[in-house]
Amino acid sequence: MRFLREFRDPQAAEVLVRRIRKVADSLGEISFMEVCGTHTMSIYRNGIRHLLPSNIRILSGPGCPVCVTPNAFLDRAIALARLPGVTIATFGDMMRVPGSTSSLEREQARGCDIRVVYSPIDALYIAAQEQLRRIVFLGVGFETTAPALAATLLEAKRNEVGNFLILSAAKVIPPAMQALLKDGPLQLSGFLCPGHVSTIIGSRPYEPLVKEYGIPCVIAGFEPLDILYGILKLLEQVSEHRAVVEIAYRRAVRPEGNPKAKRVLKEVFIECDTQWRGIGTIEGSGLALPSTLEAYDAFLIEVEVEPTFEIPDCICGLVLSGQRTPFECGLFAKECTPETPQGACMVSAEGTCAAAYRYGRIEEE
Amino acid sequence: MRSKDYDSAMCLAVPMKVISIDDDRATCVIGDVERKVRLSLLPEVHVGEYVIVHAGYAIQILDEKEAQETLQLFADLQADIGETG
Repeated sequence: MRFLREFRDPQAAEVLVRRIRKVADSLGEISFMEVCGTHTMSIYRNGIRHLLPSNIRILSGPGCPVCVTPNAFLDRAIALARLPGVTIATFGDMMRVPGSTSSLEREQARGCDIRVVYSPIDALYIAAQEQLRRIVFLGVGFETTAPALAATLLEAKRNEVGNFLILSAAKVIPPAMQALLKDGPLQLSGFLCPGHVSTIIGSRPYEPLVKEYGIPCVIAGFEPLDILYGILKLLEQVSEHRAVVEIAYRRAVRPEGNPKAKRVLKEVFIECDTQWRGIGTIEGSGLALPSTLEAYDAFLIEVEVEPTFEIPDCICGLVLSGQRTPFECGLFAKECTPETPQGACMVSAEGTCAAAYRYGRIEEE
Repeated sequence: MRSKDYDSAMCLAVPMKVISIDDDRATCVIGDVERKVRLSLLPEVHVGEYVIVHAGYAIQILDEKEAQETLQLFADLQADIGETG
């Protein structure tokens, strides 16, 4: 068992596709939404849409944390990078995201100290070694990533590393799913829930969606068989007029999630309202540092941030809320490519536009 | 491949095998890639187990029994379809 190859078997995929077709046959037009960048990428890469019957649509929602991070956050990070004595440490995905007038990559070329790291721990190491600089880690991510941020902050505290700070844009996903159901014009028949977010939070946080909106929720993994199986489980619920939370990724997700990671999250972060690109401010969807941890909070560093500017023709917001596909954007694959991204969705490898550019154009033609 | 490919897609979380443990740190491998991984977000982890690794932390232990059961379920579906055509 290697936990990968076994879940990519083409023969088993064919069987799942046949099952899906059989169940879908008796149904009308169905739209499901996934809310996870890794699902977005895997669905495109494996040509899953191509395998599905024509009455089943899979929409990509606000599942890429880099993409939903608004310009204002990036502008603040850039402003901090320009301060003397400040080093920005970040996941690589953030480097090329266009802010209002610049990007981290451009600021790095101009001489700002911006370093790409794989883990917040790497940023902590830099802080321990370079004690005269303030190391600001850009805390972008959902529940999968937030525990790593929290655990690193606790380690900084334990080891008395006082020059490590976090600029938190951490977010939780269920409130965004609820916002899409509540205000969105979408007619969704089910959510393919994010597998790795759910390894942390478990299955229970989706229960209110099922109760309040009667929408089926199935937690799925990321290999082709995982995704097909998740779609099959959603279709079965629709055809049987049921709506429950199901775990179709049992090797990694337990109903209670990861209790220790949840405890660490609670110890460090407090809930706050936060802004999502394309959706707006969602109540209780952000994770901020409390005043007891203000020494680690990079939001408290005083700096002047430029006024926010958004490219008027960029429809990243509509793409992120599932209302448009990348192919419906006038900039897509013209002005906007992975080399010259105009919006966030084209930058991150897990952005809907980047995945569509890389893998999806043949399907569309 | 772009000339400057920031290939650290942040959301990537991969199953890796634990090959050694030292306190709250483990060495994990997938293919030829070896990484130091923090174990502080998990209860007890054992050498030989597979964990999901994300941003330098192991965030969950993979359950081999559950994985086998899911694969068996796929096999059953196949048998089922074979019988009913």
